[in-house]
Amino acid sequence: MSEATSPEIKIDNFDAWYGDFQALQRITATIAPNHVTALIGPSGCGKSTLLKWINRMNDLVPSARCSGTLQIGQLNALDRATDVVALRRRVGMVFQKPNPFPKSIYDNVAFGPRLHFQVNQAELDELVEWSLRKAALWDEVKDRLRKPALSLSGGQQQRLCIARAIAIGPEVLLMDEPCSALDPSSTAKVEDLIYELRANYTIVIVTHNMQQAARCSDTTMFFYQGQVVECGPTQQVFTRPQQRQTEDYVTGKYG
Amino acid sequence: MNKGLPTPGALLQKRYRDNGKRRWTDRVMVGLLATCAGLTVAISALIGLMLIRESWHFFSSSSVSLSGFLWGTRWSALETRSLADVEFGIWPLLSGTIRVTGIAMLIAWPLGLLTAIYLSEFASRRLRLILKPVLEILAGIPTVVLGYFAILVISPTLQWFSPSFDTFNATSAGIAVGILCLPLVCSLAEDALSAVPDTLREAVYSLGGTRMNTALGVVLPSALSGVISAMLLAFSRALGETMVVALAAGTLATFTFDPRQQSQTMTGFIIEMLKSDLEYGNVQYYSLFGVALTLFVITFGMTMLGQLIRRRYREEYQ
Repeated sequence: MSEATSPEIKIDNFDAWYGDFQALQRITATIAPNHVTALIGPSGCGKSTLLKWINRMNDLVPSARCSGTLQIGQLNALDRATDVVALRRRVGMVFQKPNPFPKSIYDNVAFGPRLHFQVNQAELDELVEWSLRKAALWDEVKDRLRKPALSLSGGQQQRLCIARAIAIGPEVLLMDEPCSALDPSSTAKVEDLIYELRANYTIVIVTHNMQQAARCSDTTMFFYQGQVVECGPTQQVFTRPQQRQTEDYVTGKYG
Repeated sequence: MNKGLPTPGALLQKRYRDNGKRRWTDRVMVGLLATCAGLTVAISALIGLMLIRESWHFFSSSSVSLSGFLWGTRWSALETRSLADVEFGIWPLLSGTIRVTGIAMLIAWPLGLLTAIYLSEFASRRLRLILKPVLEILAGIPTVVLGYFAILVISPTLQWFSPSFDTFNATSAGIAVGILCLPLVCSLAEDALSAVPDTLREAVYSLGGTRMNTALGVVLPSALSGVISAMLLAFSRALGETMVVALAAGTLATFTFDPRQQSQTMTGFIIEMLKSDLEYGNVQYYSLFGVALTLFVITFGMTMLGQLIRRRYREEYQ
């Protein structure tokens, strides 16, 4: 896996609905490879909806529909014929609340590889260690891999979830407010990790935390009422926003 | 920090499991599960159909009228073979069932609920570890033993208080059925109470509430849907209970509200009819299916009511 293989995500003329409610309107954007792209905006602006269409998690919501194109590298993510299992192998996800399985630390990381790969024990051990090192958790858990994952602290649990996600070798990582349930020091660790991981992955992160977006993203997209109001280098969006609405939001006038 | 980490072999060359095979097993499993689910529906439907078909022999008979069945207050199917003077009025049996079930619930509901509240909110862990298995032992007592317990212990005790009690009577049968339902109410209600998240308890304490304020003011109302379904389930269980009432409630179908008298219930009658020497195939015999259908309709109604209440009072927790 060379460093350049992470794909670009191209979104074109994308609309999304829940029932009659249109959650996203005419989104056109390109999410760059090996970048961290932060999606920001007030609650209900549609940023999570977009995230959940990238790996088709919205298939699980009966009333969710969409139109337009969403392309991950060469793969058309929205095509009915696209195998969601294959899609989700390429697009990993980390959730708002740490959600480790009630299994051991080792088995949490090994869960995905066991589903997808034919591996022997040595390869699995190697993979689990690699994933945990990559998620900056190895040193803290290497002596207790067989202990229950739920015995870890919240921040450790979230890094474990990241390790679990990268253990099947995805190219894209989606993160839905991954630090909102964590304390500041755990948040700092996860943010550092996110920034490191962009060397190998295309990362899309939804956040409500302006500082977080400023700290760990390269590109920021500001959503308001289902539309992308502004998209640009994070530095620019925060210091010289082009749109009035963006300025109001990033400076905390509303939101 | 992890720049130099070499990619593991499993990710360098991904040897995927056969996705097609996985999907195929998925489909087969879903099919299997759906068949099992369908089977339970089919069995229930078949039982219903059987009851309707067999009871048709009864209801279509010229000596039976539906209004007589629904409103009549005398039931003599076991007393005479003559179709001329036999009477099929469901109320003696129905009232027997109501008396026994009512007394049983008078025992099982309050005792079960209070025990559940105590276990879930007040008892120490150690005590809970002792009490729960004891309750499970109670649940494991064979009903025939409880039936004899009613005759040999409860009835004499009642007669010691008041000689007007019959040896076979609704009260002792009801008490025994109540004991039978007690663990059911208790363990289901306890599950519902324990499922209430601790954050709600903490909120009451933070407002200066006592343990009793917490248990009765917040935990119980929050668990109401589960508690009510526990109570209704016990009710249905009592309605259908057979062995205890066949042994202890007596064989006389009486239309009365006096709990000291013999009280044949609907289930008790069905057993008596199957045991009796009345020949197979006459109207008296088929009347048992009429009774069974009535019982089925009542329990079905209770289940529906339970569903409705559960939906109405459902609280969703994160």
